[in-house]
Amino acid sequence: MTQTETPPTPAPVKAPSRLSRAWHSDLAWSFRRAPVAMISAFVVIVLVLSAVLAPLIAPHDPFNPATLNLMNGFTPPGEANAFTGDFFFLGTDDQGRDVFSTILYGMRISLFVGFAAVMLAMVLGVILGLLAGYLGGWTETIIMRVADVQLTFPAILVAMLIFGIAKGITPPEYRDQMAIWVLILAIGLSDWVQFARVVRGATLVEKSREYVQAAKLIGRSPLSIMLRHILPNVLNPVLVIATISLALAIIAEATLSFLGVGAPPTKPSLGTLIRIGQEFMFSGEWWILFFPAVTLLALALSINLLGDWLRDALNPKLR
Amino acid sequence: MLAYTIRRIAQSIFVLFVVGLVAFSMFRFVGDPVDNMLGQERTQEDVERLREQLGLDQPFIVQYFRFLEQAAQGNFGLSYRQGRPVAEILLERAPATLELAFVSGMMALAGGIALGIFTAIRRRGFGANVVMTLSLIGVSLPTFLIGILLIYLFSVELGWLPSFGRGEVVEVGGWTTGFLTASGLKALILPSITLGLYQMTLIMRLVRTEMLEVLRMDYIRFARARGLREKSINFRHALKNTLVPVITITGLQLGSIIAFAIITETVFQWPGVGLLFINAIQFVDIPVMAAYLMLISVMFVGINLIVDMLYFAIDPRLRADRTSGGH
Amino acid sequence: MSNPVLSVRDLVVEIPTRNGILRPVDNVSYDIAAGEILGVVGESGAGKSMTGNAVIGLLDPPARIASGEVLLDGKPIQGLKGEALRRLRGKKMGMIFQDPLTSLNPLLTVGEQLEETILEHLPISAAEARKRAVEALEEVGIPAAAQRIGSYPHEFSGGMRQRVVIALALCAEPDLVIADEPTTALDVSVQAQIVALLKRLCRERGVAVMLVTHDMGVIAEAADRVAVMYAGRLAELGPVRDVLTNARHPYTAGLMGSTPLASQGQRRLRQIPGAMPRLGALPQGCAFHPRCDRAEDRCRAEPGPTISACDGRAACWFPLGYPQEATG
Repeated sequence: MTQTETPPTPAPVKAPSRLSRAWHSDLAWSFRRAPVAMISAFVVIVLVLSAVLAPLIAPHDPFNPATLNLMNGFTPPGEANAFTGDFFFLGTDDQGRDVFSTILYGMRISLFVGFAAVMLAMVLGVILGLLAGYLGGWTETIIMRVADVQLTFPAILVAMLIFGIAKGITPPEYRDQMAIWVLILAIGLSDWVQFARVVRGATLVEKSREYVQAAKLIGRSPLSIMLRHILPNVLNPVLVIATISLALAIIAEATLSFLGVGAPPTKPSLGTLIRIGQEFMFSGEWWILFFPAVTLLALALSINLLGDWLRDALNPKLR
Repeated sequence: MLAYTIRRIAQSIFVLFVVGLVAFSMFRFVGDPVDNMLGQERTQEDVERLREQLGLDQPFIVQYFRFLEQAAQGNFGLSYRQGRPVAEILLERAPATLELAFVSGMMALAGGIALGIFTAIRRRGFGANVVMTLSLIGVSLPTFLIGILLIYLFSVELGWLPSFGRGEVVEVGGWTTGFLTASGLKALILPSITLGLYQMTLIMRLVRTEMLEVLRMDYIRFARARGLREKSINFRHALKNTLVPVITITGLQLGSIIAFAIITETVFQWPGVGLLFINAIQFVDIPVMAAYLMLISVMFVGINLIVDMLYFAIDPRLRADRTSGGH
Repeated sequence: MSNPVLSVRDLVVEIPTRNGILRPVDNVSYDIAAGEILGVVGESGAGKSMTGNAVIGLLDPPARIASGEVLLDGKPIQGLKGEALRRLRGKKMGMIFQDPLTSLNPLLTVGEQLEETILEHLPISAAEARKRAVEALEEVGIPAAAQRIGSYPHEFSGGMRQRVVIALALCAEPDLVIADEPTTALDVSVQAQIVALLKRLCRERGVAVMLVTHDMGVIAEAADRVAVMYAGRLAELGPVRDVLTNARHPYTAGLMGSTPLASQGQRRLRQIPGAMPRLGALPQGCAFHPRCDRAEDRCRAEPGPTISACDGRAACWFPLGYPQEATG
């Protein structure tokens, strides 16, 4: 594995700035040579920014009934509404909601669920992987057995099941409100295994290295050894898995919401929007479906491409 | 080999026990089963009687084993939503899912292996690059979007194929099949492409990676140095070695087809167990969820077991008793 | 040598890289006659394996033959591709690889691998091919060959596996065999047997053998003539006895000095100072001059002479064992 960061060399004349050092690192070098990665990164940045800044960018607030006019329903994109004369860049849905605005807000939910679920999976997976690898014994057996059993089933099925159970536990009146958190929990819990496996494998390797043995000898606590010595060494693969997981989590969220077991129509994510839009496919209002679908695709594809590049760049051997 | 087989079967049983525990816990702790089964008008006696009938007064472990015993006999109780025995509903729905999974599985396998070999052999060719780029899009494309896209193209725009349902089905000895009617076959096309495409891309990429790996091996160089034909090198020497790792993962992939059928069935309103499961989640119909979970686990575990045995059939190194640690 | 089986003339192999073109094989020429074993020695990276791969057409792209000729039975084969090259491999020239464990297909029985090779090149029936396969195994000394023919490679020991590899390389009766480090991956006790086997087959069949190795012991044991390679070039070429006992090129002399076998007379092994330069960073002039205690200005300025251009033995401006050495 290539260690990308160079040690902070005491430059005799003028120390290069942190930024310029980052720019000249191996990773940046390979980034500048990969047009696909650059385009993907650009798309991701634009999409994430527009999602974060949705309240500023969106021309309408799709969740404020006061601003909606049913007369504006089914306005095609790029045309003025026949009754009100209002203009909508990407058209409107049946309720007269601006599709562009709903996409921005929907992406916000999709990205939030995706990021949060991956964070949950990562934290859980890294902790359990470290524990399993470092402690061994029963801890390891139990953790890895659970991982094996879970791995027998596709993540999306596990997520559906967790969603179903959580839904059963939540009282009906809170279900819509809790849906987003339940989604995060379901997707996060369905995806920790990969992290745990990789971290455990790397931990087993690092554990036997001399510097860890030395740290043990001088009486460092297991916790500090795990955090200071082992964790930094497993970050590269974790980062790669996290990127790819993010694309998968966003797709998983969209899928669950599309199936009607995810984000509710009152708080629609991209998947919910596609579910809603599908109903209008047959009657010719294609834009209600098309634009959210394209957005989802662009998001998932560019994150995937970025992850692909990152894996190759951090681990040339895997090519 | 015998020891290995026994160990694998033991592992499988362990998995089933764990899944059974999850399914049972769902039954027992998600909502109150008594609440769910009795309507609004109930007396305390009704509750007591049902509680006893369901064995809810017994210790947890006893209840768990009674649940397993019942499950093994195919008895999962009544659906909260339909009020009919779950097993009956599942059996009614199973043929639709199995036929869909079978057709798309075959498609994914045949297409994936063929394209994987193609892209590995013509690694730098134009065609292979096009296929690889498309496959990356294929992996990023959520299954349900593929389905919607196909419906839009072939149902809405062209009007060639139906957008939902199984078409006309024929009942043959308790099994409803769509294979025997023209409309049944037509109805199968879009859903099986939707379901198979993603698996096909995965299998293709896997076959390609493994094949490229194998093509770098010394025995391939040696086969070249002996003047064997490219065809023999690619298909006799390389492919067979590629299949060993491919089979394991492909087997698991085929298992997940059943799970992914949930999505396809929803898009196409295909009356299979997947659609049933999604509806069960939406309405918190726990017995159906639990039964589906058990059913699908038995299937997965069975597939895993078969895959492991296939492994032995292909690789002679594993057939001999493994005294030295090979794998 | 009247009719060499293999003639290599001014062979140059190049690898284009980001930092310019590397020449792992540079201007190499030699012949191998029928029934003769030519040993090719050198450190790893000296270009010995690359030479063998170039001859049989197994260079991994982007490496390619840039110039020079490879004549097999008098016919040029260096530009051949695809079908024409395939017909020659196995039938006219065979190759033996370093590791018998990885060079046999684990999923096919040795019989299947032998028969398919025989059927590919010889116009005989499947039944005859089977008979031949058994004979081929017997010839390389595998006991109970008729029974072992249905065994898989993993059921043989390391030495036996290498015998199977040799049988495979020879089963279609090629005129030339390139053995690339055939003993390196084997136990020491087995090495001598494999060398003896190669030698016997070479004599009995009249095969020309190019024996690539870094092991001077193997060379002394098996080779008739020896070619010493250094940094892609031929340093010395000559009959094995002469080269071993009376090296002319300072590198060969150094190599002998660092080999236990050839230095029996010495008290302790001598080392050549420094290391062979990387291909991307060859020094100007003779590639060996930075490590050579005889180097003079001419060595630093000009590359060493090609062997054919000087005395036919050593590619050196100031070879050892010459009058000026004797007088001076």
